[in-house]
Amino acid sequence: MGVEQKLGNMGMVTTTLEQFVNWSRTRAMWPMLFGLACCAIEMMSAQAAHYDMSRFGMELMRASPRQSDLMIVAGRVSRKMGPILRRLYDQMPEPKWVVAMGDCASCGGVFNNYAIHQGVDELVPVDVYVAGCPPRPEALIHGIVTLYEKVNGEKFTDYTDS
Amino acid sequence: MATTVSTKSVDLSTIFPDAVIADERKGYTGWLVEKDNLIEIATYVREELDYDLLSSVTGVDYLPEEKMEVVYQVYKTTGGPGLFFKVQIPREDPMEIPSVINIWPGADLQEREIWDLYGIKFPGHPDLRRILTWEGFEGHPMRKDWQEPFYEEETKPFKSRWPKGEHIHAEEINPYHDNLKFPPKFNPENWTPTDPEEALYTSLKKFTTKNEDGLEAEQIIVNMGPQHPSTHGVFRAVVVLDGEKVVSLKPVMGYLHRNHEKIGERNTYLHNMPYTDRLDYFNSMANNWAYALAVEKLMGIEVTERSEYIRVIMSELTRIQNHLVWVGIFLNDLGAVVTPLLYAFEERELILDIFEEVSGARMMCNYYRFGGVVRDMPVRAFEKLKQLVYDRLPGKIEEFERLLSENEILLSRVKGIGYLSAKDAIATSMTGPMLRASGVPYDIRRAEPYGIYDRFDFDVVTRPECDLYARYHVRIEEMHQSLRILEQAVSTIPEGPILPKKPVYQVRVPAGEAYGRIESPKGELGFYVISNGKPNPWRYHVRAPSFINITALEKMCVGEKIADFVAILGAIDIVLGELDR
Ligand code: SF4
Repeated sequence: MGVEQKLGNMGMVTTTLEQFVNWSRTRAMWPMLFGLACCAIEMMSAQAAHYDMSRFGMELMRASPRQSDLMIVAGRVSRKMGPILRRLYDQMPEPKWVVAMGDCASCGGVFNNYAIHQGVDELVPVDVYVAGCPPRPEALIHGIVTLYEKVNGEKFTDYTDS
Repeated sequence: MATTVSTKSVDLSTIFPDAVIADERKGYTGWLVEKDNLIEIATYVREELDYDLLSSVTGVDYLPEEKMEVVYQVYKTTGGPGLFFKVQIPREDPMEIPSVINIWPGADLQEREIWDLYGIKFPGHPDLRRILTWEGFEGHPMRKDWQEPFYEEETKPFKSRWPKGEHIHAEEINPYHDNLKFPPKFNPENWTPTDPEEALYTSLKKFTTKNEDGLEAEQIIVNMGPQHPSTHGVFRAVVVLDGEKVVSLKPVMGYLHRNHEKIGERNTYLHNMPYTDRLDYFNSMANNWAYALAVEKLMGIEVTERSEYIRVIMSELTRIQNHLVWVGIFLNDLGAVVTPLLYAFEERELILDIFEEVSGARMMCNYYRFGGVVRDMPVRAFEKLKQLVYDRLPGKIEEFERLLSENEILLSRVKGIGYLSAKDAIATSMTGPMLRASGVPYDIRRAEPYGIYDRFDFDVVTRPECDLYARYHVRIEEMHQSLRILEQAVSTIPEGPILPKKPVYQVRVPAGEAYGRIESPKGELGFYVISNGKPNPWRYHVRAPSFINITALEKMCVGEKIADFVAILGAIDIVLGELDR
């Protein structure tokens, strides 16, 4: 804080490294191009011109898990897909986050039977759940912004191995 | 020979007096065929009676009668009503029915599905593997006596739900371990899982080639999907390559399988309506209609006049919206990343606004009811609709054409690629734009009009080229035709009630069978519903165009480059929710 007051407005901001890192993480979070079911279409709508999710630093979808930070699980996860989803998650580099988009990904939704995982949290840790079947694009954007709040509050020590 | 039978009512039982009897169960139609004569009769139906399009093959489990049944529904691509014939076998393993794949190659995936879900074997099928579940899955889930873990009750609504306004978790009533069933002689200690992929890879055509120097070229197997940007979700294809050329290909699916049909058989009739939205999630309005059509046939009720018009309007809007997005995604697949898609979504949002105004939801509309639609179209939505139909959409579709249709890069990627002749297209049971792009003028709106389509003036669009270019053009032109229908419907829609009587939660459906089919934007979408008079359907089968149109994928891809595989798959217009059900 002190530097700015001493030097006046020189177009300079000081902050902590932690805040800076978190800020940059939220401003360029690359989601993985991973559409499963109906919710993926609303995810596409959210990225299209009308809702324009790139306002939040998200326009770059990566098809490869190795280049992405965020997995938006958009749709139901069947038991056949489960192992693949987990492998994709494992291939993502740390730090990584997961948004469960829609009722199916959050809790199985309307498909309460043997073929569907009753929530993707059976497989991977979930940071934000977005309710709706499908959630409107606004709801997804709200979910993303909620995730940003969470990321902004993260500490370096969260990532150290204890 | 063919002249002796009129097209209206084919009497199979007089032609084959020993092997065929009429199906005289109450509410049923069609013919019961002896298993041993199936091939002979099917060949006759195909060759002499000219029923060239095998629309659907499906199994039915008649548990109380200890019988399994396989139902064949065949149509003529020249139009007219279909012919149903059924084979019944005793319900004890091993169940076997000869495969009709040599007569109608379109039976390929459908017979695999029946094997997977019902456990009926089809001797003569070259590649009978599980398709929706995985290799090593125990049991056949569509059988009526197959129960899942957490099994509570046969049919919904479950009594445990909301007994006194309280919800009880199924797991509390039914602890996990109480319910765990192991296959006979199963010992978890020495169980080793079978490799689910092994059968798949052995089913692929193998080859090695030697050139004149004696050098051996080896095959490369490439797995596209289930996580691949070009496969529209979780579709997977295993491709064998010789350099860049596709030699052999197998589609692998089921990564989104939730057994829609099993759920459907446990739901009440009205319960199922919102589930149909989630089949082909681009076209919920069209799916609703096909299901409503089947149940209305069973119930024998009429649809009110105003609702018929609303149905046509909604389903044509759906078609425009679907084709627009298809153009966007297809170009995305070809490498024109995102820009056309953004244009397409712009228009789609406007159409979704109308859907939202009439039904309350953007995508999962759940709008149709038996006998009509759930609520009337608000005045404001109607104004918006007029503006869209007369002013906005015609210009926008033309804009698409102007930007794309003459585009050099597009033309060089689509001309002559993915050839599928009319004969092959019919044989593999292709429907919808795929079939019309092979030059066959088959459109259910004309071939067997449903709703009030016989009142409208429109052209069935065909193209003779049989390649990707034709598929692109058919869809663009279909949007213009949809607009034509919309203009007529909007200008003549009458006032009136939208439902014949007061809506009820529990509809009474008399026993019998019915098949309702419509021309969905992707092809023939059919619902085969069997009622036994109870509140839940006994059989609920979806004839999904995405699923059956995949049958010809290998045929179209072999000999093409791997990069063209992406385009060919994109041109089929698959939606995984419908493909995997
Ligand atoms: S939550 Fe609803 S919209 Fe999303 S995948 Fe599930 S069924 Fe589809």
